[in-house]
Amino acid sequence: MDDLSRFKQTYFDESAELLAVAEAGLLRLAPGEIDMDEVNAIFRAVHSIKGGGGAFGFSDLVAFAHEFETVMDGVRNAEIPVSTELVDTLIRANDVLSRLLAHADDGTEPPAGTTDDTIAALRRFLGKTGAAEETPAPPPATVHADDEDDEAGIFGDALAAIQAARDDQPPPVAGPVPGGKSPGDKVRWTIVFRPKAELLLSGNEPTYMLRALRRLGDAEVVCHLDRLPSLRDLDAELLYLSWTVTLLADPRVGRAQIDDVFEFVADDCDIRISAEALPPAIIPPAEPAPAAQPAPVRPPSVQPAANLPEPVVPPPPPVAPPAPVATSGSAKPGDGAKRANGGGTGGDHAGPTTHTIRVDLDKIDRLVNMVGEMVITQAMIAEHLRDLPPGQFQELLEGLEGLAQHTRELRENVMSIRAQPVSSVFSRMPRLVRECAAMTGKEVMLVTSGETTEVDKTVVENLVDPLTHMIRNSIDHGLEGPEERERVGKPRAGTVHLSAAHRSGRIVIEVTDDGRGINRAKVLSKAIEKGLVQPGSALSDEEIDNLIFLPGFSTVDQVSNLSGRGVGMDVVRRNISSLGGRIGVYSAPGEGSRFVLSLPLTLAVLDGMVISVGDERFVLPLTNIVESLRPKPADLHGLVNKCDVIMARGEYVRLVHLHRLFGIPKAIDDATKGLVVLVETEDGSRLGLVVDEVLGQQQVVIKSLEANFRRLDGVAAATILGDGRVALILDVAGLREMSRHGSANSGGASAPTIPSLAAPADRGGQRQRQTV
Amino acid sequence: MKKTVMTVDDSRTMRDMVSFTLRGAGYEVVEAADGQQAMSAIATTKVDLVITDLNMPVMDGLTLIRRLRAIPAHRTLPILMLTTEADDGKKAEGRAAGATGWIVKPFNPDKLVSVVQKVCG
Repeated sequence: MDDLSRFKQTYFDESAELLAVAEAGLLRLAPGEIDMDEVNAIFRAVHSIKGGGGAFGFSDLVAFAHEFETVMDGVRNAEIPVSTELVDTLIRANDVLSRLLAHADDGTEPPAGTTDDTIAALRRFLGKTGAAEETPAPPPATVHADDEDDEAGIFGDALAAIQAARDDQPPPVAGPVPGGKSPGDKVRWTIVFRPKAELLLSGNEPTYMLRALRRLGDAEVVCHLDRLPSLRDLDAELLYLSWTVTLLADPRVGRAQIDDVFEFVADDCDIRISAEALPPAIIPPAEPAPAAQPAPVRPPSVQPAANLPEPVVPPPPPVAPPAPVATSGSAKPGDGAKRANGGGTGGDHAGPTTHTIRVDLDKIDRLVNMVGEMVITQAMIAEHLRDLPPGQFQELLEGLEGLAQHTRELRENVMSIRAQPVSSVFSRMPRLVRECAAMTGKEVMLVTSGETTEVDKTVVENLVDPLTHMIRNSIDHGLEGPEERERVGKPRAGTVHLSAAHRSGRIVIEVTDDGRGINRAKVLSKAIEKGLVQPGSALSDEEIDNLIFLPGFSTVDQVSNLSGRGVGMDVVRRNISSLGGRIGVYSAPGEGSRFVLSLPLTLAVLDGMVISVGDERFVLPLTNIVESLRPKPADLHGLVNKCDVIMARGEYVRLVHLHRLFGIPKAIDDATKGLVVLVETEDGSRLGLVVDEVLGQQQVVIKSLEANFRRLDGVAAATILGDGRVALILDVAGLREMSRHGSANSGGASAPTIPSLAAPADRGGQRQRQTV
Repeated sequence: MKKTVMTVDDSRTMRDMVSFTLRGAGYEVVEAADGQQAMSAIATTKVDLVITDLNMPVMDGLTLIRRLRAIPAHRTLPILMLTTEADDGKKAEGRAAGATGWIVKPFNPDKLVSVVQKVCG
């Protein structure tokens, strides 16, 4: 079995998919309308997991899967009615199966009793139905499992006996021994084999059986042609021959081995086996000789001994008895012809084609990395060519343009390999909603949209926790109970809407509920109580709403089983921002809340604008940039002790001097002499960054700053520019955050200031939406 | 001349294992994920033996066996059903559909090879 262990990984991968299929199916399973295809798919999933598990000897898993499968089988055959209780149990069984798989994967033993409760629960459903009574909580599972190491069972109950005989498989003897007289210690078997005429139509081939008999010992094969009709009446697909084989075999060859030869055809043939044993021990048990189809000619009165019916043909190759036309015709009709002109098996390449391949994620990541390097190299070449005298090397420049274009396309295509639809995350949510609803006693309807929106795999994977938490939060805190909803004139069932969409190079995911909205009074008093907000400070509604993202904030006095698991929305925010994303909340009392997540599509490359401040270079994500402008002195306004603002497009926008923020010497301080890059965060708030110069647009490869250095505020990541310099990629929302706190102390800070993120509201120089 | 075996199973693990085992024993192996795929593949590929799972989406194993048997060229094609169900009911159904024999999963590689040899030489 070691040979097959290499398939374990395939098995685990596949099983994970199957579990997901089963779970999705189970979640859609509800009393009333039962989709049999769905039920079958669940059954198959469990069945396949069991089948594969058996091959690797995961006996616990197989035993459990069998219980699960038995119940699914009952559902499939409409013996077990679908009830909510049943579905819950099945979902639990799916979880247990998943755990067992995980243990099998780790090579660890599941804790004793892991499956007990669930098995008991599953069996209760079997007990309930009369029909299922016949197949009572069956031990076959263990039979299967045990069989795994035991060749006998492998082939099914009928052959349980084979193993015993198999242990002493005789060495095959080549060629018949002339004379065939038993040298004392041999057993002479006489096998009369009269197959049904239709035998060939089940794909069985008597030749192989006779050959197999010859491998057991010295065989004399006599072919009987008595039933052979005239050529005119002969149906080439029917079998008219019968055989008598006299087998002189070692005594270790048991009856079971001979039976084994006829294993598949025993029911379709008249087979009589008898032994003329020198050692009397081996008396064959009476063969029930199924009176298969009244033999047209006389039933062969063959009793043990060696009297052979008429046409005696000594030991010919069994397939070529005297009537060649008949034999070749009947033995292999269509097949033979096909084989003749088929020539060779040469053309048998791939079977059915599939449209997907599985690739190790590492390979893709290497590819992504390489594309990243290529982007850098391309930028480097472009950098060097920029210094060439203009008007020359036209072809080279054109070629470079093409290269840039192709690099971009290559990058996008490679990135799309890593992209996955968010449905893999969304599909987990119905389950969650179901559980939460059950736990809170609320009625909840989950609506999802945009499941096919694709985003980088890493992003997808890291969305699970935040989304889980947000949805729990919406149900637990947002939605009202059914009675309360009725009182205020809403439908009893609350709705949670989960949507995903692409918006300007990012993916935006929204969790919307139609519940009561954020209770601002409660949030505010809680925040004050926890010391997060100064008593008496005047906060806007939005500011209050955003307090829920503060660390250590929880409105629930009693930590509920659901949302309050020691993680709050602050953890959600942290998770999201570690993905380069942001989260915001919008709430209307009595109408519900809307959480908006905005995430980058990929974590590897971005289109950026390179800017310079002093001797430093920075990259601004292109998606953040609105425009750049050189302000006139009249556009600038200073707010005493607060910050500078610029009038841009009829709106006051706060100015952020990057050189002050990062402590960069020799930079332009006067915005009228430098440039202002107007940037916008995901939630639409704007900021004017004062920079020396805008150098140009470029694709940059994102290199994690945290992995290589440490996290810096206002900086999302780093990259390597064409000239080999490291540049920091700015995080606009982070800059706004910093400037809010750092604007008072101008210029001097030598290193990036590290403001505390936790004090949002007490110095609001302007309307702020806290979105990190 | 190498014989070609087609393994039909919706479980990739199973297909992989059957393929691996039989290739090791000197057979060509082609794969199909369900009965439908098997039918279309067999129309263009010469196959000496079909090993099919019973419970599959799209087209199950029994249907596949019946469809194959309905095609004159495959009336005598050996077809083994590879299945976890060891019960006689399934075997009888398979037999009625025209299966040549059966192998119970989980199979032992040696056993698989010996059964394959038994039905296709």
